[in-house]
Amino acid sequence: MATPDDTSTRTSTDPSTGAAPTRSTGRGGSTALSRSDSRGVFGDRLFAGLALAAGILILAILAFVVLFLTLNSGPAVVDDEDGLIIGQFVDYAWPLMIGTLIASAIALLLATPVAVGVALFISHYAPPRLSKPIGYVIDLLAAIPSVVYGAWGMSFLAPGLVPGYEWLHENLGFIPLFAGDPSQTGRTVLTAGIVLSVMVLPIITSVSREIFVQTPKLHEEAALALGATRWEMITMTVFPFARAGIISGIMLGLGRALGETMAVTLVLSPGLLTASLISSGNSTIPAEIALGYPEAPPGSERQAQLIAIGLVLFVITLLVNMVARWIVSRHKDFSGAN
Amino acid sequence: MTNTTTPDAAESRAPEDDSLQTRGRTRSRLTQNAQPRWQWLVVLAVSAVLGSALSALIGFNVAGWLIFTAVLHVVITYVITLTRVNRRRATDQLWRNLIFIAFLIALLPLVSVIWSVVSVGVPGLLAPGFLSSDMQGITGTVDEASQTEGTAVLGGIRHAIIGSLVITVAATVISVPIGLLTSIYLVEYARGGLLSRAITFFVDVMTGIPSIVAGLFAGAAMAWFLGTLNAVTGLFGSMSSTMGITAAVALSVLMIPVVVRTTEEMLRVVPNELREASFALGVRKWRTILKVVIPTAVSGIASGVTLAVARVIGETAPILVTAGYVVNTNWNLFQGWITALPVYIYRQFVNPTSPAFSEPSHQRAWAAALVLIIIVMLLNLIARIIAKVFAPKTSGR
Repeated sequence: MATPDDTSTRTSTDPSTGAAPTRSTGRGGSTALSRSDSRGVFGDRLFAGLALAAGILILAILAFVVLFLTLNSGPAVVDDEDGLIIGQFVDYAWPLMIGTLIASAIALLLATPVAVGVALFISHYAPPRLSKPIGYVIDLLAAIPSVVYGAWGMSFLAPGLVPGYEWLHENLGFIPLFAGDPSQTGRTVLTAGIVLSVMVLPIITSVSREIFVQTPKLHEEAALALGATRWEMITMTVFPFARAGIISGIMLGLGRALGETMAVTLVLSPGLLTASLISSGNSTIPAEIALGYPEAPPGSERQAQLIAIGLVLFVITLLVNMVARWIVSRHKDFSGAN
Repeated sequence: MTNTTTPDAAESRAPEDDSLQTRGRTRSRLTQNAQPRWQWLVVLAVSAVLGSALSALIGFNVAGWLIFTAVLHVVITYVITLTRVNRRRATDQLWRNLIFIAFLIALLPLVSVIWSVVSVGVPGLLAPGFLSSDMQGITGTVDEASQTEGTAVLGGIRHAIIGSLVITVAATVISVPIGLLTSIYLVEYARGGLLSRAITFFVDVMTGIPSIVAGLFAGAAMAWFLGTLNAVTGLFGSMSSTMGITAAVALSVLMIPVVVRTTEEMLRVVPNELREASFALGVRKWRTILKVVIPTAVSGIASGVTLAVARVIGETAPILVTAGYVVNTNWNLFQGWITALPVYIYRQFVNPTSPAFSEPSHQRAWAAALVLIIIVMLLNLIARIIAKVFAPKTSGR
């Protein structure tokens, strides 16, 4: 880190640094070095052990998540009378998976261009003095609880979009996406996707922004000095540098969109899987769990079924996140050259 | 705001400068392509007028007007720059405008959400006893009376605020020691071995666990735990796994990775010289960590923990599937169902107290949403203040 930081922290903690040794020698007396020492050894071991235990506990928690979900979802695929009923479970699960993917895809398609634009605005276009407050404002989007987004989407956004859906149906109805009767409440998978896009926008923005500001200044200045316009400078220096960062930001946003529960539960009026985005229908895995789980009796097959789709969701998001992290870590080695 | 002073040196020999010279001004070759600073304002005004005219053709509404204005502004700016300067500068202008518009689009939902919650939520918040009463005794008939006869909307969120508070405090108590110790292990003890790399990786992975999956896990784990405990001791047979502590466990699964990430970052910026100075004075490692490293980083740690609390206090799904929903106040984490504020909002929207007369329920839900947003914003603000005020001083040696 920067040198001013170093000196500052040193000055501020000087008192405590000085205090620690005086106290320990004062307690031990002048000759009882060995006694205080052995007590210290015990403290050292205890502390190191605790720290290690905490680290291992985290791994154990993750393992337990997988273990408990797997054990409890057993009854969904194994029946006492019929034996294996995997086919039945797949029939139940795949429309939900497709629905989840549709909603997430809409969210990413809408959010990515805007999020990258906002990140560029903060890093390269906004007046430098304003860029920090603007960053805070965008972070506020991430701070609003999902249930509030859901309520907003249900009560304000959905009714507002109804005329738009009718227009889409009349003019673009030949495309299967806009076929079917437009919903009169506006609570469709497209609305859910729009709400999700608002929720993933701050994630993609903050990841991209962090990478954008790390673009080597010399590259940017070299491009400008050769007569590039600002946009040419961005395409020539910023984007090549930040490509991996943008992709990982999108993947992290995807992880959030896949697992987002309350916004979709409130906005979407669930139904069977349809290709139409503007009529009611479709559902997502988290919404299905949130709607079904409180009603499912403990230990029943229904509950096992819900836990099983939860496990499916967990595996999907795990994969998405691991790929995102892998891209980031690969990029880290790469940018070490700067 | 619009014009960079970067000259287009490569193409500044473009022949379009006639128009400039006919105006009687001689410009240097470096500035002849600069467009007037007020140009964007004029273009914006013109496109606003044209946009209102166009949107009036298809039936005026504000959304259509704004869309037309934005599109016209982008197009007109592009065309003007293209004809007066050159294609490269025009492309630059085009993307600049698009990026500004992207920013405005991003602000739109934020403003809309906050405005809608405040405008609808304030009347409910001002209703008598909203913060000091719970939902006990509020039945469908009470709500029906408020909607049809205009009596005051009764019922409040006291139980939900207490529930959220209790659950979040329990989650913090569970996650902060684990998270802090893990980050201490990662920064102070691990030497880049397999275990530490695995922990770092899986903490990252844990950040992405869907919140509802955390709820399912906590519910299943608690049911198994109680079952085992009952089999061993035979004492807890009557206990149900639906209780506050289960929700707290679910929230800590979401909170631990956030705490680990932020505290790890804070511990890493503590300069090594401090540790070395302490070691050189003969101080043991654990005392060095407790007395030197953590006090140096404490402002960052505190603000990170506050942000983590702000994140989990708005979580609905894990509490919905673990803690149930009741109408009365419950302080006991280990006994009985407990209501949290986000779950209260959700339930009031989805299952109104009186299905036929849902207005009072919605009013309560919006007011509760306003309270929740205020709590979350306050926590965010507190985190920033902690980080700023208690940060190690940057000058003053």
